[in-house]
Amino acid sequence: MTDIKAEVDALPGLDPRAPLLQVADLHVEFRTRDGVAKAVNGVNFWLHPGETLAILGESGCGKSVTAQAIMGILDTPPGHVTRGQVLYRGVDLLRLPEKKRRRVRANRIAMIFQDALSALNPVYPIGFQLGELFRKHRGMSRHDAKRRSIELLDQVRIPAARDRINDYPHQFSGGMRQRVMIAMALALDPEVLIADEPTTALDVTVQAQIMSLLAELQRQRNMGLVLITHDMGVVADVADRISVMYAGRVVEEAPVYDIYARPAHPYTRALLESIPRLDRKGRQLNAISGLPPALTELPPGCSFGPRCGYARDVCRREAPPAYQIAPHRVASCHFIREVLGV
Amino acid sequence: MSDVVLEARHLVKHFPITKGVVVRSRVGAVRAVDGVSLNLRRGETLGIVGESGCGKSTLAKLLVGLERPNSGSITVHGQEMTRLKGAALRRARRNIQMVLQDPYTSLNPRMTVGDIIGEPYEIHRDVVPRQGRRHVVQELLEVVGLNPDHINRYPHQFSGGQRQRIGIARALALRPEIIVCDEPVSALDVSIQAQVINLLGRLQRDFQLSYVFIAHDLSVVRHISDRIAVMYLGKVVETGNDVAIYDQPTHPYTQALLSAVPVPDPRLRGRRAHLVLDGDVPSPADPPSGCRFRTRCWMAQEVCAQHEPLLEIRQRSPHPSACHFAQMRAVLR
Repeated sequence: MTDIKAEVDALPGLDPRAPLLQVADLHVEFRTRDGVAKAVNGVNFWLHPGETLAILGESGCGKSVTAQAIMGILDTPPGHVTRGQVLYRGVDLLRLPEKKRRRVRANRIAMIFQDALSALNPVYPIGFQLGELFRKHRGMSRHDAKRRSIELLDQVRIPAARDRINDYPHQFSGGMRQRVMIAMALALDPEVLIADEPTTALDVTVQAQIMSLLAELQRQRNMGLVLITHDMGVVADVADRISVMYAGRVVEEAPVYDIYARPAHPYTRALLESIPRLDRKGRQLNAISGLPPALTELPPGCSFGPRCGYARDVCRREAPPAYQIAPHRVASCHFIREVLGV
Repeated sequence: MSDVVLEARHLVKHFPITKGVVVRSRVGAVRAVDGVSLNLRRGETLGIVGESGCGKSTLAKLLVGLERPNSGSITVHGQEMTRLKGAALRRARRNIQMVLQDPYTSLNPRMTVGDIIGEPYEIHRDVVPRQGRRHVVQELLEVVGLNPDHINRYPHQFSGGQRQRIGIARALALRPEIIVCDEPVSALDVSIQAQVINLLGRLQRDFQLSYVFIAHDLSVVRHISDRIAVMYLGKVVETGNDVAIYDQPTHPYTQALLSAVPVPDPRLRGRRAHLVLDGDVPSPADPPSGCRFRTRCWMAQEVCAQHEPLLEIRQRSPHPSACHFAQMRAVLR
């Protein structure tokens, strides 16, 4: 069995000083019978070890597709990455042959999904599915793989892990299944974890358990976390930085405190005003009128323009570039100053 | 108490668990709703919160008469609903309608929007004469903020938020006084969710509606409700107005639930009490003895396993709370 760790370290161009994960000008489109849906239109972000970046957006904004493109699990066809780079320590994963990319996946970058029941294989016991990782990627014996699997299940706090190792996914509750999936993602000590709506299907008390477990594991391992979610509450609790996505673009990126205190993009601002708050009783919610645009017919100019209170003629003509408004703060809007009120 | 429109007393619904195919024997029961009492006043919104499996959807079905309770009573304007049959039941149901959670599966994909919204008039033929129906349906579309010209379209031609508006129009068709909303916005994106919440608020004012609003999202429930009942494993554990429940909760489950909800304000990070509950909700087929929350409760003592705490006003709880050790604790700040 070859040493996979060394194999990844020997990737040409790997630079330990380069950002842990960087996505540059990523474009993804889906070519369907009904036309070309432009799901991701120039996404940029980077991630450092130990950091949590939240990608916030509503359904169809391209946040999950971005994650799939990073992981190389996009459905192709119809999905195609048409432009851009996904750099792990300076190595462009999109240019890597599939075999090498597989080595990076799970070993360096892992992912967890919203629905653990469909992400786990229903016909194998969880111990088998976990152990498989150690056997295939680390060349362990069945016995050692089982021992490691039990340790791992203990780490994600599955009670009586030793007795449950031969249980099937359907025998676990939703929260426990999510823990199994987290164990699986962390089995090979990845440096980056991409979590796609990890708690959306769970009840709030279970959500709190899972989020605190993730935070603890992240701290222990100094792991970079990309948290994909639509929940502005979860984001406020855990993120260091936030990228807000709309119609396949990052419309605003900022440190978490700044974005909640002073959103710079009209969409971010509208989102914050449209959610009911637990800690105060509001009257009328400021709903965002209309619907997000169809990805097959994105409007010229700014995609949010048709729903935006600040929009003027220029917004219909030209897509706003990304303006750097402070160190680590970027927003794409022609009227940032007005939105910020300066 | 003349303004009470809906009253439920000691509602119980158990679903039998059976074994065997040829000879069926009953081996137990899922105690989905186990003694729930509530009342709803005119023009008021009663919020019901709880986690999955607490029985809130079964309660909704009982209230609109889609399920029959094993025992207990439901009265609308003093009229007992649980014993009604046939035409009398149909007539009584006009007054209490329902909006369902999933706007994708609760609309028949082969019916036009006009047929979906007009279907109640096929069943209750005397409400609107046949030739006036189309016009009434178009009015309803306008009331919920849809284009009346889209009456001949099919559900798939609408977005999720628009479909939920169709579901609301259907519930309004018979001009009910009471609408039971079972998770009406949880399938929607936040920006669309706000549109639907605002619509429900406007309709309530315009038509003097009373809502039973069931949801797992505590922020949404606070926003829309006048009073709130918190459910756990088939029982109401605490009830009160929004200030009582959110700012002065006395039941440990309510406190834990509130502390688990993330608040969209990073400045509160690390400053809020975090009462993280261990484990999962026990099975409603085999609930714990005494207090049902005791297996996850940090205050539980022996008495909790022996005596079931009643939902009542207590020395340290100015509003009804089903805990032997009910005590106010602010968890949001």
